[in-house]
Amino acid sequence: MSATTTSPESNQVSAPSPVELTPDDYRRSLLGSTLQSVLAVLVALFLGGLLIAATDETVRESAGYFFARPGDTFTAMWDAASSAYIAMFHGAVYNPDGSGLAGKLYPLTETLTVATPLILAGLGVALAFRTGLFNIGAQGQILIGATLAGYVGFAWQLPVGVHLLVVVVAGALGGAIWGGVVGLIKARTGAHEVILTIMLNYIAINLVSWLLTLSTFQREGSSNPISPPIAETAMFPKLLGDGFRLHWGFVVAVVATVAVAWLLNRSTIGFELRAVGANPRAARTAGISVTKGFVVVMLIAGMLAGLAGTAQIAGTEHSLTVGVAASFGFDAITVALLGRSKPWGTFFAGILYGAFRAGGVTMQTSTGTNIDIVLVVQSLIVLFVALPPLLKLKSRRKEVAA
Amino acid sequence: MKLELRDITKKFGGFTANQSVNLTVEPHQIHCLLGENGAGKSTLMNVLYGLYEPTSGSIEIDGEPVSFSGPGDAMAAGIGMVHQHFMLVPVFTVAENVALGHEATKGVGLDLNSTRRKIREISERYGFQVDPDAIVEDLPVGVQQRVEIIKALVRDAEVLILDEPTAVLTPKETDELLNIMRQLRENGTSIVFISHKLREVKAVSDVITVIRRGKVEGQVGPETSTDELAALMVGRDVSLTVDKEPAHAIGSALEVTDLTVVGENGVVLVDNVSFTVAPGEILAVAGVQGNGQTELTEALVGLADHVSGSITLEGQELAGRGVREVLSSGVGFVPEDRSTEGLVGPFTVSENLILDRYQDREFTAGPSLKLGAMRENAQQAVASYDIRTGSVDAPVATLSGGNQQKVVLARELSRPLKLFVASQPTRGVDVGSIEFIHKRIVAERDKGVPVIIVSTELDEVYALADRIAVFFHGRLMGIVPPDTPRETLGRLMAGETAEEVLPPAPWDDSQDHHQHEGTHTA
Repeated sequence: MSATTTSPESNQVSAPSPVELTPDDYRRSLLGSTLQSVLAVLVALFLGGLLIAATDETVRESAGYFFARPGDTFTAMWDAASSAYIAMFHGAVYNPDGSGLAGKLYPLTETLTVATPLILAGLGVALAFRTGLFNIGAQGQILIGATLAGYVGFAWQLPVGVHLLVVVVAGALGGAIWGGVVGLIKARTGAHEVILTIMLNYIAINLVSWLLTLSTFQREGSSNPISPPIAETAMFPKLLGDGFRLHWGFVVAVVATVAVAWLLNRSTIGFELRAVGANPRAARTAGISVTKGFVVVMLIAGMLAGLAGTAQIAGTEHSLTVGVAASFGFDAITVALLGRSKPWGTFFAGILYGAFRAGGVTMQTSTGTNIDIVLVVQSLIVLFVALPPLLKLKSRRKEVAA
Repeated sequence: MKLELRDITKKFGGFTANQSVNLTVEPHQIHCLLGENGAGKSTLMNVLYGLYEPTSGSIEIDGEPVSFSGPGDAMAAGIGMVHQHFMLVPVFTVAENVALGHEATKGVGLDLNSTRRKIREISERYGFQVDPDAIVEDLPVGVQQRVEIIKALVRDAEVLILDEPTAVLTPKETDELLNIMRQLRENGTSIVFISHKLREVKAVSDVITVIRRGKVEGQVGPETSTDELAALMVGRDVSLTVDKEPAHAIGSALEVTDLTVVGENGVVLVDNVSFTVAPGEILAVAGVQGNGQTELTEALVGLADHVSGSITLEGQELAGRGVREVLSSGVGFVPEDRSTEGLVGPFTVSENLILDRYQDREFTAGPSLKLGAMRENAQQAVASYDIRTGSVDAPVATLSGGNQQKVVLARELSRPLKLFVASQPTRGVDVGSIEFIHKRIVAERDKGVPVIIVSTELDEVYALADRIAVFFHGRLMGIVPPDTPRETLGRLMAGETAEEVLPPAPWDDSQDHHQHEGTHTA
């Protein structure tokens, strides 16, 4: 019994040591993870506020006579930060100056519109995370999904209803192919998915640029890299009438969240994927095919990102450009991180990021605060989400060493 | 250098790993710490090496009290330690590993030449035959261990702690190591030798301190008989016997013919092995760790990649099939390491209990899992296997080692089996659970299932076996009856064949005594 990979002696001795987690610890850490995400957002907003204040004209002026009247500086700082955030809130949730209830709630619908692709792509990234894969490729998967959806949208003529359905399927298929390729290569050759997805992102963007130079994809009478608009029948209908941009893609996002939650927690496939993610060796020993898991999860993750691309094409953009995916594929990674790779966590994180995007524009136009501040806040959030586990690890090391 | 530990007590929460331990290591002495797994030997040495802070008590060097806040302090004071698991960087050369942490520099560059010179010096003095420029991962385990010893000697260690150094060695390498230890003693290095193997301890020690359950049981000389040492180490009160009837084994259910397993690097891990196991019989596979037993079990369940030969279970060929197919054809498998192979740590107890059964009709409705059935199954297993857990929804990583092992066992024994394979079924498990697990295994045998147990613990082998198969370097040295004396088994494990060792005419005298010992297990 003496020769071991894990020393039995130290096992027994360390069993009661504080490193072991009790069920209670787990409950607390689960509760803690939601709390941590919320705290990360609050701290990031606070630091963002300081940054807004530091770049504000009035603050700088009053700082000039700080020692004479320090109160002025603090008031100015508070004013700058609060007015920026209030403007952001007005742009993202509720605009008191809007005409009628519809006008007042218009910003909220904008937030949900922007959140739609973030949620869908974020779910794909989260699902891959749970299987132990770092899927950086949502951007490429969105692009290819959008390309296929766009092509079917403008090139094919189909009856109402059927056309949209085919567009959605095409978008999902495009993303699934782009993701599935990663899973397949990883399963076959063991290549690392981070490298694969990054490279496929480049291929996707250049592929789309090239496609847009072809006559099949180019808008008639235009030499710009933009496709013809998709047919009316291929568009997502507006959810709340023509006054709002919010479309049925959001409903797809909600359904996708429910589906992913079911898949992960209630289905046999999810059971396999989670086992592969948490302990691939034990999964293999239990007869679960790890490589098959990689292929399956990347197909589904790509499909979700492809749906995000479809939401862009059929919901808001209506024609294919190189910029159709914006930076949603990369934001999706942070959305999944903030959502702790949980389906509903990702859903709400997506809405929060949607709010940042929608509100950031209003903030810039009404208070002059640079919209880049939003990016800083977003990045800070990720930093703070990533930080606590690192701190925990460090203190645990100390404990062991002590 | 004279090293003294005075009244060392180390507690982990409510658990006392060491209680008022006194130990004196004189210069030019090989001092053995003898004790069972979990007796607290390693904890004591980690205290001495500055890895743990003692709850109370003190360490003195040459009469001066010292306190170590980390291994760095201990090394500076002249204490070196060779851990059970080597602390080497596999892709570095020997010289780079030895220099690591104490790099000599020349400007901004590394100066490895002085390290190389020192390694050659030490290597020549003790006949280590270690090339300073060899890459560590290419070296055999025995040589890697010498690199660890060199690491300590380069740092001028006067006291060398060897933690279970022979656990990973072949018998020949073990003898070489014992010689090295004697030479080191001649050159003035004192050695603390941690072991639970009586033969080695008697062969090399000057003083033997026996530790049991964290306390010093006694200090004796090497002339003490094996019996007395065993009694001190195990304690008369811990005498676990597995009550089992003789096996009613007829015919053969499992037939393994010419089984060969080749590793990734082309090394033959299991070498042309053939044997049979009858229904209702336990075949215990004995051998020093790393002699192909693990690979044998992996080949049996379809986890090994390059397998040739045939494995038939009730006439059905298993070789070449995937793990899932093998398991679902009625094979229960307890892997060697429950935390990396047997369980998914963050999964709940109830999820782990169906880890390889989630596709059974019992637990699935179309594509979805039946959570109710899972819960029911878990509650049943928790009750009948006495798994101590707060809830079936608790992550399995929160359970103690013994209870985790019961989860694995409950899962594998919960379906009708045609073959049961368990590797190290009680490794790192508390005494109470060992007894329980052994009873379950015997009960499975009594149902008429052929059982294969792989264990490096001879006590466990003797407790369970109806026949004993001994492995050495991937080869089956022979299959012997369960009353074969330890000494004979030892010779088989060291590479002698059954023909050379049996019949055991010269050992007739000792046979009765050994048989007696064999029925007791610690």
